[in-house]
Amino acid sequence: MDDVISLGVGEPDFRTPWNICESGIYSIEQGVTSYTSNRGLQTLRDALSAHLASRYQLKYSADDEMVITTGVSEALDIAIRAIVNPGDEVLIAEPSYVSYAPCVALAGGIPVPVECTEKDHFRLSPEALQAKITPKTKALIINFPNNPTGAVMKKEDLEPIADIVTDRDLLLISDEVYSELTYESSHTAAATVKDLWERTITLNGFSKAYAMTGWRVGFLCAPKELCDAALKIHQYVMLCAPVMGQVGALEALRSAEDEKTSMVNEYRLRRNMFVSGLNKIGLSCHVPEGAFYAFPSVKGTGLSDVEFAERLLKEQKVAVVPGSVFGCGGDYHLRCAYAVSRKDLAEALSRMETFLNGL
Amino acid sequence: MDDKDLELLRILEENSRLSAQEIGSMTNLNPVEVEARIHALEENQVIRKYTTVINWEKAGNGEVSAIIELKVSPERDFGYDRIAERLSRFRQVRTLRLITGTYDLQVMVSGKNMQEVSRFVSEHVAPMDRIRETATHIVMKSYKENGNTLFEQQETERLPYSF
Repeated sequence: MDDVISLGVGEPDFRTPWNICESGIYSIEQGVTSYTSNRGLQTLRDALSAHLASRYQLKYSADDEMVITTGVSEALDIAIRAIVNPGDEVLIAEPSYVSYAPCVALAGGIPVPVECTEKDHFRLSPEALQAKITPKTKALIINFPNNPTGAVMKKEDLEPIADIVTDRDLLLISDEVYSELTYESSHTAAATVKDLWERTITLNGFSKAYAMTGWRVGFLCAPKELCDAALKIHQYVMLCAPVMGQVGALEALRSAEDEKTSMVNEYRLRRNMFVSGLNKIGLSCHVPEGAFYAFPSVKGTGLSDVEFAERLLKEQKVAVVPGSVFGCGGDYHLRCAYAVSRKDLAEALSRMETFLNGL
Repeated sequence: MDDKDLELLRILEENSRLSAQEIGSMTNLNPVEVEARIHALEENQVIRKYTTVINWEKAGNGEVSAIIELKVSPERDFGYDRIAERLSRFRQVRTLRLITGTYDLQVMVSGKNMQEVSRFVSEHVAPMDRIRETATHIVMKSYKENGNTLFEQQETERLPYSF
C-alpha cells in the first residue's frame, strides 16, 4: 500500500546522533571487534553507574550490580527467567508492551494482568494490585513511562505500590526504557522509592533516549544476588552485547546530552500538537506525560479498536495499533506513536478527521 | 525572556513560516499569546529577521562565494570594531566575524561571478587602511549551511509496525 502514514512504529524517527555512529565506526577501524566481558565493557559500566546516580539517584555498583544486555528485550527475558519458577504468578500492569506475558509464560510462570484504567490516567492503582495478589504471586512487572499509554508514575504514585510489594514480599521488575522521555517532570526510578531497591530489577537501555534501536544495547541493574542469577543466564544465552553497540552507548553517555534534549523537545511539541488535535476531532485522549505514544479512546465511534484501526488503514491510509493488542484495559483505544514528523502528524490528523466524519 | 520564549525561538529557527495557530498547538499557548510573544522578540531585536536557506547551486544562478581572511592592525581604543563595521557596510559581505588564529577577521562574500568577487577584494578590501594581509578562498561546493545539510540523504527504512 502506498502513501500510508504509519503511527504504528514504536521507535524514534531520528537517526542516531552522528558522534555516536562515528565512535562505533572508529572502534571497528581500530579492530575493536571481539567479545567483551559477560557483564559488558568496564568503561561503559563505570560511566553508566555514574550516570544513573547523578540522573536518577540510582545507586548500582559497576562491578557486580549491572549487566549490559542485547537490548532491553534480553534484559527482560533474563530477569524473568532469573526469578520465576514454574507455576509462579507474575503480575503485569496492563496495558503493556507485548513481550511481558509471553516471556513469563516461556519461563513456566503464569502471567496475571492488573488493569490500569483511564480514570487513573493509566497509572497502577494500589487497590487493583492488591486484588490480584495470591500466595503464588512472585513478582510484579511495571513499565513507566508506559508503552502504549504514555502514563507516568511519580514518587507519590509509586509509594503505595512500594508498600504493597514490600508487605507481600514480591519482587519488582521495572522496565524504564522511556525514562528520558518525560515532558512534565523528571523520571522517578522505582528502585529509589522507599525500600524497593533491594527487591527491584531495573531495566533500561539506549534505544529510545538516543535513537539507537538497531544498536541493541540495554542493561539490567539489581542487587548482587539477583544480578548474579540473571548474569548466569546471560552468559549462556548471549555471552555479551555487541561490542560496537557498547562503544556507541558509551559515547552516548559521554556526549550526546544536547542531541537527546533536542529530540525530547521535539517530541514534546509533537505531543502537544497531536493530542490537542485528537481531542479537537473528537477522539478523547488523556495527556500522555511520557514516552512517544498517544492513547485515544474510540468508545464514542461505535467501532471497536480493531475495526477502527483496520478501516482507518484501508479507507484513509493511516496505520495505528489497536489498543487491545496491549492486554487488558487497552480495548477501545488506539496506540498512535508520534515519533513521526510534524507534517505527517498534521496529515494523519486530517485523514482521521475525514474518517470520523464518514462514520 | 522565559522558557516559552526560548521554545518559540527554537521552533522559529527551524521553520519561521509556521502560523501562530500551529505554534500554539505545539506549545499549549493560545495563538494570540504566540503572536504577542513573537512581536516582543522582534521589538527587542532578539529576532533580527526571517530568512530562507537556499541551495543556490541548485537554483543555478551561477553566484560565487568566497571566504576572505584578513590580518588587521587593531586601533587604539577601538580594537577591530571600526574596521569591521566599515567592512560590513558592503553589500557583498554576507558574514563577518572576529576570530582567533592566524587571521583576525573572517569575511564571507558573494558576487555574481569570480571577476566580481576578485575585484571586490582587490579594489575595496585589500587597500583598506590597517589591513595587512588577505587570503581569499573560493567556495567550491557547500555541504551544510546554518545547520542544514544541502545534499540528498538516503531515506532509512523503518518497519511499518513495531511494538
